[in-house]
Amino acid sequence: MASEPAPGAGAPAALTAGQVIDGFHLGERLHQGGMANLWSVTREGEGTDAMPLIMKVPRIKGGEDPATIVGYEVEQMLLPALSGPHVPKFVARGDFTRQPYIVMERIPGPSLRPRLDAAPLAIDEVIEIGSRVATALHDLHRQRLVHLDIKPSNIMFRSDGTAVLVDFGLSRHDQLPDLLEEEFTLPMGTGPYMSPEQVQFIRNDPRSDLFALGVMLYHFATGARPFGAPNSVRGLRRRLYVDPVPPRALRADCPPWLQEVILKCLEVRPERRYQSAAQLALDLQNPGQVALTARAERSRQNGALKTFKRWFFALGAEARSDAPLGAVSQLMKSPIILAAVDVDHAAAGLLEQLRETVRRIMVTEPGARLACVSVMKTARLGIDEKLDDAGQSRHVTQLVGLKHWARPISKTLDLGDGRLTFHVLEASDPAAAIVEFATRNQVDHIVMGARGASTLRRYLGSVSSQVVAQSDCTVTVVRA
Amino acid sequence: MSRIAILTDLHANREAVQAVLDHAAAQRVDRYALLGDFVGYGADPGWVVDRARELVARGAIAVLGNHDAAVVRGPLPSMRPDPRYVVEWSRARLAPAQLDFLASLPLTHEEGDALYVHANAWAPGDWEYVQNRSEAVRSLHATNRRLSFCGHMHEPRLYHLSAVGKAGEFLPAPGVVIPLTGLRQWLVIPGSAGQPRDGDPAACYAVFDDQRSELTYWRVPYDTETAGAKIRAAQLPQRLAERLLDGE
Repeated sequence: MASEPAPGAGAPAALTAGQVIDGFHLGERLHQGGMANLWSVTREGEGTDAMPLIMKVPRIKGGEDPATIVGYEVEQMLLPALSGPHVPKFVARGDFTRQPYIVMERIPGPSLRPRLDAAPLAIDEVIEIGSRVATALHDLHRQRLVHLDIKPSNIMFRSDGTAVLVDFGLSRHDQLPDLLEEEFTLPMGTGPYMSPEQVQFIRNDPRSDLFALGVMLYHFATGARPFGAPNSVRGLRRRLYVDPVPPRALRADCPPWLQEVILKCLEVRPERRYQSAAQLALDLQNPGQVALTARAERSRQNGALKTFKRWFFALGAEARSDAPLGAVSQLMKSPIILAAVDVDHAAAGLLEQLRETVRRIMVTEPGARLACVSVMKTARLGIDEKLDDAGQSRHVTQLVGLKHWARPISKTLDLGDGRLTFHVLEASDPAAAIVEFATRNQVDHIVMGARGASTLRRYLGSVSSQVVAQSDCTVTVVRA
Repeated sequence: MSRIAILTDLHANREAVQAVLDHAAAQRVDRYALLGDFVGYGADPGWVVDRARELVARGAIAVLGNHDAAVVRGPLPSMRPDPRYVVEWSRARLAPAQLDFLASLPLTHEEGDALYVHANAWAPGDWEYVQNRSEAVRSLHATNRRLSFCGHMHEPRLYHLSAVGKAGEFLPAPGVVIPLTGLRQWLVIPGSAGQPRDGDPAACYAVFDDQRSELTYWRVPYDTETAGAKIRAAQLPQRLAERLLDGE
């Protein structure tokens, strides 16, 4: 370690291709940005099949640009704490007193930024982008991180389509010091995407990222920015009281459900948005299940009087006391519960016991969403055959049975506003179908019945034990 | 290049110190820094001082705390009855060699880019507390070292001061690796090993990896009932036993 502190030490010498820093061989310079330069690097002694790497080197102008330096420091602190497919893998960091850098996995390909120029995009692509980014966000939120700078240029994709979020210079981690909290007197973020609470200096709400994603989806769907691109605090604050033009007013073929989803993301108050990215992804992947409200019907912006009223009340709306404690505490309040209901075969007593167990969980988790799932068993062969009339009516029968099963829960708990969805899956292997659904929708807790009749269990095997063994989430197995 | 376990405010609590040393050994720690207040409050001053002497003989850093100073020189006339009684009681239980060890401890230790001190950097012998951000800034301004490790405050905290003078305060979560980035000064308060006061009775300490510049705070549950029973058996003030059970 250096013997003396050197905060704000002079700018290190310029780097050149071919140079070796701490065992990393500098290749091509990939990007020269205002904040940082990106170099392709290889670790000395590693073959060509090694993970491709980039080195991010902050641009230090005269050694004292606080925004650049602190953003770099934040990323240097947070990136090593993150893991999984939705972030570039952290490899090494350089001491600031010698040569500051971060080496990480190189995600090839362009960011989503060029797609903005092509907006409006096909509706299917908008949905696909939203669903993949929401899935990535939920994974980061689970790791206690709020990104706080979600925008197309910070989103990349792996070759299999997995979304990767990059640039954590403005992010905040629940369990690491927030170096930005005290640093600046202006709101931090990217103007068009910044949530109202970020404008008000709140940095620990994962729902801020859902607002930014909503801005992105709005832009991709309509070709326009919902709140423009303001460059003053006053301009930023307009989003506290001025509604965006509803997407369908700009693009007639935007389905009402997608307008519902986008406008829900853009709610000024976080408690009116989706409560987790997984809940948003669930809707994007199940359009038929989106509960439509007045948002879906809206055809123009609020009138001047309503806008004035909201402006007036926004004046006093500085600090909110109901801000959550961080990313994970917000997520823990907003789980997705999957009830796997075998409406055709389970005994009445088991169905009742299952319903009571689910009801108790929903009572204790007011932010929870309930996805009721049943699996329609198909033959192993001919899965792709077109559904005949009989199949179609079986599907409807299952759905009706599922809704009937859930009715007492939805009635007593008043599960309005999209908290309850129904899904009939078709598969030859029910357990695999349930596990796959739970994984794809980032379900937190599966509740299901044990197969009661012992002869059936002997012949067919236990679905619940297979789900318990294969699922990543909590599973509760109910017996009558 | 080492992984240093930083313990402070051990306060003659054998059960807590033993639990922390066991935990630290499992963390592959290869060095120790002891930030003072080996004695006072607890029932095992001799045992704790002997452990400290062994560790120092093997290269540990150790500095003097206010309780250690009081036991070395005897109670001041101005002391209230309870503390006076504890100081006299502890002093009577230490052999001359143990008292000599305490008397030999420096107020500060500087090594590499770190300062080790019991109370604060601006006047280490006056025992003023670093209770908030502005006092942390005062202490960080008083040293040119990048890192300050302080005791005296029994609640774990982490303060930081940026190159442009912005200070932050952070309540650490146990077991989370915190990179102490090179661009700012940091003031680390691990919290008390022998008498935690933040509502969690588990003993506090921290591990610093000086090669990676990574800090991890830890909480270690220990046998508070035995430690408390010994305090009662020694007829030290009851409250000193009770507060170990609830960590307040």
